[in-house]
Amino acid sequence: MSMLSFERKYRVAGGTLIGGEMFDFWIGPFFVGFFGVTTAIFATLGTALIVYGAAIGPTWNIWQIDIAPPAIEYGLGLAPLREGGLWQIITVCAAGAFISWALRQVEISRKLGMGFHIPIAFSFAIFAYLSLEVFRPIMLGAWGHGFPYGIFAHLDWVSNVGYQGLHFHYNPAHMLAVTCFFSTTLMLAMHGGVILSAVNPPKGEPVKHGQHENQYFRDTIAYSIGPLGIHRLGWFAAINAGFWSAICILISGPFWVGGWPYFYDWYLQLPFWNDMGLGGLG
Amino acid sequence: MASFHSLYSQIQIHGPYDEGLPLRGDESPRLIKPFLNRWIGKIGDPQIGPTYLGFCGIASLICGFIAIEIIGLNFWASVHWNPVAFIEGMAWHRLDPPEAKWGFTPFVPLAEGGWWIWAGFFLTASILLWWCRMYLRAKALGMSTHVAWAFASAIFLYLSIGFIRPMLMGSWHEAPPFGIIPHLNWTASLSVLYGNFYYNPFHCFSIAFLYGSVLLFAMHGGTILAVSRFGGERETEEIVDRGTAAERGALFWRWTMGFNATFESVHRWAYWFAILTTFSGAIGILLTGTVVDNWYLWGVKWGLAPEYPATYPDMTLPPDIAEQVRAITEAPGRSTAMVPPAPEATQ
Repeated sequence: MSMLSFERKYRVAGGTLIGGEMFDFWIGPFFVGFFGVTTAIFATLGTALIVYGAAIGPTWNIWQIDIAPPAIEYGLGLAPLREGGLWQIITVCAAGAFISWALRQVEISRKLGMGFHIPIAFSFAIFAYLSLEVFRPIMLGAWGHGFPYGIFAHLDWVSNVGYQGLHFHYNPAHMLAVTCFFSTTLMLAMHGGVILSAVNPPKGEPVKHGQHENQYFRDTIAYSIGPLGIHRLGWFAAINAGFWSAICILISGPFWVGGWPYFYDWYLQLPFWNDMGLGGLG
Repeated sequence: MASFHSLYSQIQIHGPYDEGLPLRGDESPRLIKPFLNRWIGKIGDPQIGPTYLGFCGIASLICGFIAIEIIGLNFWASVHWNPVAFIEGMAWHRLDPPEAKWGFTPFVPLAEGGWWIWAGFFLTASILLWWCRMYLRAKALGMSTHVAWAFASAIFLYLSIGFIRPMLMGSWHEAPPFGIIPHLNWTASLSVLYGNFYYNPFHCFSIAFLYGSVLLFAMHGGTILAVSRFGGERETEEIVDRGTAAERGALFWRWTMGFNATFESVHRWAYWFAILTTFSGAIGILLTGTVVDNWYLWGVKWGLAPEYPATYPDMTLPPDIAEQVRAITEAPGRSTAMVPPAPEATQ
């Protein structure tokens, strides 16, 4: 039954949000629930449409398959299947599957008596996805502003949209997002490393616990945030990486149409130093 | 949730300080008398210090100080020692590596990139000494050296960008400048100069591991916070003697996605994802310009990217240019993708 040795006593009824006991069961290791059913429907339909889109497209090359949104001329209207309509249905399926997945995580959290931190974190990733494919296209007035579904096709989109802002590294929200991505990864390396180094000590040494973890980071960087704090910080930084990614693309176009390097002109033209005739920055 | 709070600490116990584990006789004393900070205590341990410096720590701080001084004074000199312009341009100032004409010689006049070499030297010395610290403190505390080796992966990327690749290319000029916006400009320029890094497969790996690391920390941090009501943050204890927090954390993911890590193995996933972010990034850097000149054309060659449609299909090349193209494309061992540089526009 693909159950872990301790699993049976946790498999109890209850905790569902919708459907009562109707979908309150497992298939193999997977909990189903009402939202498991909706996830399966959305994910299957979406995946099948991607495969269909590839089938009617010019290539089966996995790297080059490209299911593009409608042309800008369609605005926020519906497009024929072959001209972006597939992309529109796939987007609905993806959003449905992602949101169902998050709500299924809520049900599983309730069943296990856990907090909702995981679905809350996931909801920020969903927000970033919806920002790219729904909110920003709506703000710009055309579904054609969404990114296409395809491995290198979506990278081309990122590259092109980035250079439409001349140089996306100057986008302050992008700076914040990248900083969160890098610092989350740094903290993950530090946290993973210190746990592994404590419970896998050199030969002949006893296993170490919190006191040694604290001591290691106090000795090396003067501060140890502690076992609960590192998970708060990592969770918070990871969420912020997703959140500021969403913000950086939402403001690019709808709120800032010029090149991002020009965003700082107000600063460089502050009267305080502009009146000094410093000659600008060479 | 009132009595066990997972997002911030409502109750802080201010007892005696943790003065630290005993030191061996040959170690220097710890510095910074420990003190508590109530605001830091809201999310983490309120105690700051004590800390251990030792020879490596002191030497690292000195080298780091020298590097920052060299960079900062060059910034200031670049605006003719005007203090207001120095502050105004803090994000724009730059300290460039030597021009390409200097090749990879270490002997470059200070004003023509020599300062850049010295700043890089001291910054590297500082980082390597800091690595020794991360290694030696783990050893001194009877722990293994995982953190130091993860740090080594980041140092490998740093050295690949600023030293190894310039060495392979035979020119300091390939290295990035010091400066906030200048190093961002360098990053974008490098990508474009070599045909768009999005087509560099090791850049793809690096980004996948970067995003994967953030995903993992969201998943892992969320799991631990969600089972903190069962004491789940005591991870090492749960690893050696599994309790209900670890069981619930495992079952959450098993029921969600059919697979679960354990309290120990999730840290192995975390550790390797983080390490591979910088390691695969370094490989991608080292291949750029040395093995692959244009990642887009490389992508076309291997079927990752379609070729651009011919924009000017009827254009005939001037005879002398056509001759150059023929000479290059028909030369043995040359890729057909190589074309001579565009002639200067003349009217």
